[in-house]
Amino acid sequence: MRTTAELLLLLVVLTDLAVLGTSRLRTCIRAVAAQGLLLGLLPLALASQVTVHIAGLAAGTVLVKAVVLPWFLLWAIREAAVRREVEPVVGFIASLLLGALALALAFAIAGRLPASDVREPLLIPAALATVMMGLIVLTTRRKALTQVVGYLMLENGIYLFGLTQTESVPFLLEVGVLLDIFAGVFIMGIVVFHINREFDSLDSARLSELKD
Amino acid sequence: MWLLALCLLPAAAAVVTGAAPSPRVTRWRVGALVGTAGVHLALTAMLWRLPPQHALNGWLGDDALGTIVLTLTSVLFFATAVYTVGYLARATPRGGRVFVSGMLGFLAATTVVALSQHLAMLWVGLEATTFAVAPLIFHRHDRRSLEAVWKYLVLSSVGIALALLGIFFLASAQHGVPGDPLILGDLTAHARELQPAWLRAAFVFLLVGFGTKMGLAPMHTWKPDTYGEAPALVGALMAGALTSCAFLGVARITQVTTAAGLTAFVQPVLFAFGLLSLATAAAFVIGQGDLKRLLAYSSVEHMGLLVLGLGLGGVGTYGAVLHLVNNGLVKGWLFLVAGNVVLATGTSSAAGNRGLVRTLPVSGVLLVAGLFAVTGSPPFGLFLSEFTILRAAVDGGHLAIAVAMLVLLAIIFIGMAVLVMNVALGEPAPDVRPVRESAWLLVGPLALAGLVLLLGVYLPGPLQATLAHAAVALGGRVP
Repeated sequence: MRTTAELLLLLVVLTDLAVLGTSRLRTCIRAVAAQGLLLGLLPLALASQVTVHIAGLAAGTVLVKAVVLPWFLLWAIREAAVRREVEPVVGFIASLLLGALALALAFAIAGRLPASDVREPLLIPAALATVMMGLIVLTTRRKALTQVVGYLMLENGIYLFGLTQTESVPFLLEVGVLLDIFAGVFIMGIVVFHINREFDSLDSARLSELKD
Repeated sequence: MWLLALCLLPAAAAVVTGAAPSPRVTRWRVGALVGTAGVHLALTAMLWRLPPQHALNGWLGDDALGTIVLTLTSVLFFATAVYTVGYLARATPRGGRVFVSGMLGFLAATTVVALSQHLAMLWVGLEATTFAVAPLIFHRHDRRSLEAVWKYLVLSSVGIALALLGIFFLASAQHGVPGDPLILGDLTAHARELQPAWLRAAFVFLLVGFGTKMGLAPMHTWKPDTYGEAPALVGALMAGALTSCAFLGVARITQVTTAAGLTAFVQPVLFAFGLLSLATAAAFVIGQGDLKRLLAYSSVEHMGLLVLGLGLGGVGTYGAVLHLVNNGLVKGWLFLVAGNVVLATGTSSAAGNRGLVRTLPVSGVLLVAGLFAVTGSPPFGLFLSEFTILRAAVDGGHLAIAVAMLVLLAIIFIGMAVLVMNVALGEPAPDVRPVRESAWLLVGPLALAGLVLLLGVYLPGPLQATLAHAAVALGGRVP
């Protein structure tokens, strides 16, 4: 099973890079949806035996992160009639380079961390890389909706890290965490929708009336 | 049993008021709000008489610090709920039913935070508060409130996401250590066996994450915008109760790191955030032109004082816990008064308000008294708690911190006094007549003001004992 998990983690990192390198909002959302699907499959690949707990976690993750939230975000851009799309503050090539740098940094940090019980050595570097690339998307893109995608990536990275701790975080709390993330993205999506209606643009840089 | 009831009652009320038909804010919705707040307050008061309770395998429990935060939240929420009756009679937030439902959801989430003994559960509650207040901030559905709610959502979501990472780090630190995972009591009991590298990482991430929700500088940037745009009663709940709950999170992780003997690592970090918050508040209070934004920076200041007290340890910890109560009450008082000003004159800006003592006699006087209370003048409670924190700094040999604190507090006093005196005194515009103030809008701030005054002259025995318990649990001592 180890090779399956490794393959999945590799694909997760590739979806990170896909979000960083694309100019199309739809592709971003699809990449994050694919990432959600991979995240849902990972607990199955990592577990020595599939329990109800793990199956439930996988099903919930796929439902929320690969189906409901991406569908909702796609609905938001269709309603808001957004075409072109990801306006980066930092160019795409530069973002990809930043992403590669984040990846190297993630491996360097993971190598120095005290090894806890890790069944899959790629898990922590992939988690840290996804967290960092999520932060890159959050800070270097101007469209509010792309920032939501960055937030989702950040949460996905944290979820990956959480997979090292499945036995210490009980099922009920995992449900709570998943629900919170769902609510968060949902409310952000609604706000994005209103931003578009008020400003005729999803550009969060226009949100600059309030200052001292 | 009682603990579960405390969490579930407001949650159920939030669902009922949110799901029931008729989108408008109706009489029964407001009744449900005040009723739930009253029952919540009664249940909370009962907890003080009962022996410590547990529920859900020890995930919920009312320890000393949690009880203090819960009681503060409950008192503040009740005062705000009564105020809401008067507020909704005059203003109609476009959120409609979402407004009442969001407030009740906020109460449920903060109750979960206050009673959580499981740190991941605390996280879930704190994250839920973000979404409960988002529709309350966005009540006007215009550009300014949209900008405020967007900044608030993005910053606090990212902050709280980092806190979740910190919680996972903490679970990593606990690997192979006896005790249930992430339960506070087990973490502190075996604190010295925790993996120090993971624990340090957990502390940093949790402090930054929960610090964002507290509004510690430099993660405070959402605060003035959010408090400035949100209705004042939402500001009261956020500055009084939400920040206290976030501080509870910071206090919990500090408790674990202190028990693990990492004080030398933790202390400078807390000092840095504390002093930076005080300095930021001092810089932005001077020349501030809006009452609610002024209060937001005052909130940044007091969050700084709280982490300073926590970092100083010893009597400073006791001072911080006492200050938590005082700050929560005084923020409720001042924000509700600011709300009265906005209801009467339509703005909280300094330019739009003059001579409030004459046009709004009760609120105007409460505003001036509140200025002295919030800046730590005797005989109000904040004088006592700020003095205790200052004494801890002097006793601990941190003279530089004591001096910096005094200077910055003096600057903040001057900055706040200039604005408040400008709007309170002076000549009102000739066409402005004195307004008859509604009792609904005055009971809350008057009661809170009374409590702040009471805590300055007399600490009731049970409260003193609980404060002492909380301070000792955090590694401090009683003066």
